Amino acid sequence: MKVSFSVNSRPAEADGHPMERLLDVLREGFSLTGTKEGCGEGECGACTVLMDGEPVLSCLVPLFQCEGRRIETVEGIAEGPARDFLERFVATGGVQCGACTPGIIVTGWALLEKNPAPSREEAQEALAGNLCRCTGYEGILRALCKDPERGEP
Amino acid sequence: MNGIGESPPRPDGFAKVSGAARYVDDLTLPGMWHGATVRSPHPHARLRSVRFDPAAAPAGTVCVTAAELPGPNGVQLLDDSWPILADGFVFHVGEPVALVAAPTRLAARQALAAVTVEYEPLVPFLTLEEAEALPPLYELVLDSSSVGDLESAFAGANHVVEGEYRTGHQEHIYIECQGMIAEPMVDGGVLITGSMQCPYYVHRALVHALGLPEDKVRVRASVVGGGFGGKEDFPSALAIHAALLARASGRPVKMIYDRHEDIVATSKRHPAVIRHRTAVDADGRLLALDGEVLLDGGAYKTLSPVVLSRALLHAFGPYRWPSVRLRGKVLRTHTTPNSAFRGFGAPQVEFAIERHMDRIGRALGLDPYEIRARNVVAAGDRLPTGQVLDTTTSARLCLEEAERRTGFRARWRKLEAARETADGEPRRGIGLSLFFHGAGFTGNGERKMKSPVTARLLPDGRIEVLTAMTDMGQGCVAVFPQIAAAAAEVLPEDLVFAEPDTGEVPDSGPTVASRTTMIVGALIARTVSELRDRVLARSSPGESFREAARRYREEAGPLEVTFRHEPPEDQAFDDSTYRGAAYPTYAWGADVVEVAVDPDTLAVKPLHVTAVCEVGRAIHKTLCAGQIEGGTLQALGWALLEEVKLHDGRYLNDRLATYIIPTIKDSPRIDVHLLERPWAGGPFGAKGVGELPMDGGAPATAQAIENATGLPVDEIPATPERLLRTQESAR
Repeated sequence: MKVSFSVNSRPAEADGHPMERLLDVLREGFSLTGTKEGCGEGECGACTVLMDGEPVLSCLVPLFQCEGRRIETVEGIAEGPARDFLERFVATGGVQCGACTPGIIVTGWALLEKNPAPSREEAQEALAGNLCRCTGYEGILRALCKDPERGEP
Repeated sequence: MNGIGESPPRPDGFAKVSGAARYVDDLTLPGMWHGATVRSPHPHARLRSVRFDPAAAPAGTVCVTAAELPGPNGVQLLDDSWPILADGFVFHVGEPVALVAAPTRLAARQALAAVTVEYEPLVPFLTLEEAEALPPLYELVLDSSSVGDLESAFAGANHVVEGEYRTGHQEHIYIECQGMIAEPMVDGGVLITGSMQCPYYVHRALVHALGLPEDKVRVRASVVGGGFGGKEDFPSALAIHAALLARASGRPVKMIYDRHEDIVATSKRHPAVIRHRTAVDADGRLLALDGEVLLDGGAYKTLSPVVLSRALLHAFGPYRWPSVRLRGKVLRTHTTPNSAFRGFGAPQVEFAIERHMDRIGRALGLDPYEIRARNVVAAGDRLPTGQVLDTTTSARLCLEEAERRTGFRARWRKLEAARETADGEPRRGIGLSLFFHGAGFTGNGERKMKSPVTARLLPDGRIEVLTAMTDMGQGCVAVFPQIAAAAAEVLPEDLVFAEPDTGEVPDSGPTVASRTTMIVGALIARTVSELRDRVLARSSPGESFREAARRYREEAGPLEVTFRHEPPEDQAFDDSTYRGAAYPTYAWGADVVEVAVDPDTLAVKPLHVTAVCEVGRAIHKTLCAGQIEGGTLQALGWALLEEVKLHDGRYLNDRLATYIIPTIKDSPRIDVHLLERPWAGGPFGAKGVGELPMDGGAPATAQAIENATGLPVDEIPATPERLLRTQESAR
């Protein structure tokens, strides 16, 4: 089936099986390989993208659900006003191997858009679906929360 | 300021946060096919036949079995006893039996059904208890005592304390699964690109398996999405598989494991049973340790002998023992081979010795701090190997700093007393551990490797540094430039670092064993400084380094410097007697963990960790702390949540929905305090740090649970189910 939607603020069309995973459409059809597969079953959050501004797991979204939707990937977010957040994320040690990072950037940016100064608990709630195996999450939380207690590690 | 101890942004950081970094699965080559693997469903069986029916497979599919291998059927590691493809027998569920490649990923999966395998199931040995009946894969003894010492220590002891401790499998769960691309070259060679820690391990394994000359095999590491030891040896097998399919199809072949396959097929941390018998005097001073360390090696040896070696060399903990005898065995079970995982045998034995110290403390009425303080090692002490500890021995410093920062002793006593009057509220507990980690390769590993680093002058006057080290997230891409710039007093922009590609860089050894910063970093400092000196010897006053270097290149031609690592003479180790300096130095740590335990379900929530670590010198503070934060959480996951459940040799929880690692909501606040005592052998004093934090989290958590509940926690993971069983049996 043919599906019309927008990807990173540009009109897009995809022609594929209705059940094709949005993850594969983005990676293979649009060469947007920033979105990663970590588990393929909605547990790890590495494939998170925004659909109409809300984080969704692109390994669980079939193509047919994308009709008329606005999809933003990590590449789109990096082109926009998120630059300070991205630089802070690197500076605080939020990124090590980087495999979970695109999903965490997408989820984290969606949180900051709604709540520019989240508490530690609010950030933990928002990121509960994103697994990171490298950082112990502390560097990620330092990037998201401006916590006066914390400062530098 | 020379930049050491600062935290500049990691050079690969922006590419990673913006989605631009290319991991192996992000790469596509023209005409590339996809590979898939036929795996055994049986833990132990005779292979009667393997048949491929091309008519049942997508057009063009190629298939490779053990019968089609061009060379020996073994993945070359310590030896080549790990088969590339099963031949005659299978020894674990998930063992590769045949490989297929087809034009698309879907076609490759469909092609698996065109391979028919006949098995004759045999009786499997699945647990350490069953495996004790079989010949072990490997055995080792560490004996510090002359004959009779040990027995007389026990005979004269005021207390003899015995204990048995158990730890489970742990799956690495690097977020990027294993992946490899093999390209056939027109000259008959092969180019490998993939996710790996050790490009030259992969190179050696390919040369061995394919019978190719060394210069016909080229191996490049792509961006690595996490390793933790899981990409130390396994990529060698996967690269051979991809290369076999590339040769059979004449095309580039990509093999990417999905999470399920990655868990089923790849190595894990060795489960362990550790039994200690100790002699202690009336004041709580340790007299003798008689211990046994059993590791479940799984079906093949892989790196288990070296894991056992490191296990025995850490099994006595950071304590003084006049007399030690340790016997170690790696036992063979019909399960996926267990191999390298951050800590490499040390986390299991340090869990055991820390729990045992707590047991001794309880037997003598000494709190966890006191029993440690009375026995902790200091500079000048001899380890059971005879190694004299150097002046940066910081066990006591870490212990005292942890106490100072947390008030552990008072809190522990208060919570011990509160337990008696607990009502239905969540119970709090606090636990302390003291730990150490030998940095760098064990024994003579570095001496045998003599790993080189090369620096050369580029025509534009920049220095190119060539090493085989991979960045799997730990941050050598940031730390190496800091070391090189500071050592040679050049600007960071005067330096460029080559990608880990065996066609370009020398074999500076594997990215393992917390050796990268300490060993290779020190070599980089020497090599780049020597190159700088040669350039400056010809420079004119007022010239910048870059100008001088450009002029050198124009006037004198190419300049290249290579240095090899040579351990000092006093770092000698005798492999046959296990005497001598097992490690060049040690990093030290103390963890204090506070938990809340639900009184009904016994579910444990870690609330706060204070990690005090002495690391020599932190080159990049944020990345160094990041290693400790991340390693600490991995240790807590292993202690509390992560459990590989086996039934008839098959993993029951072989996916992320069922194999649970800590989420951000399961994670405590982790406060890292870096202590620095520069060690003369490391660059600017740095010691290895990557594995250290894996050693302390589990025993401190177990002690905290004991403090909260009164239940003995001698086995991890301390899941609610296991704690409830302990509670039931205590009644």
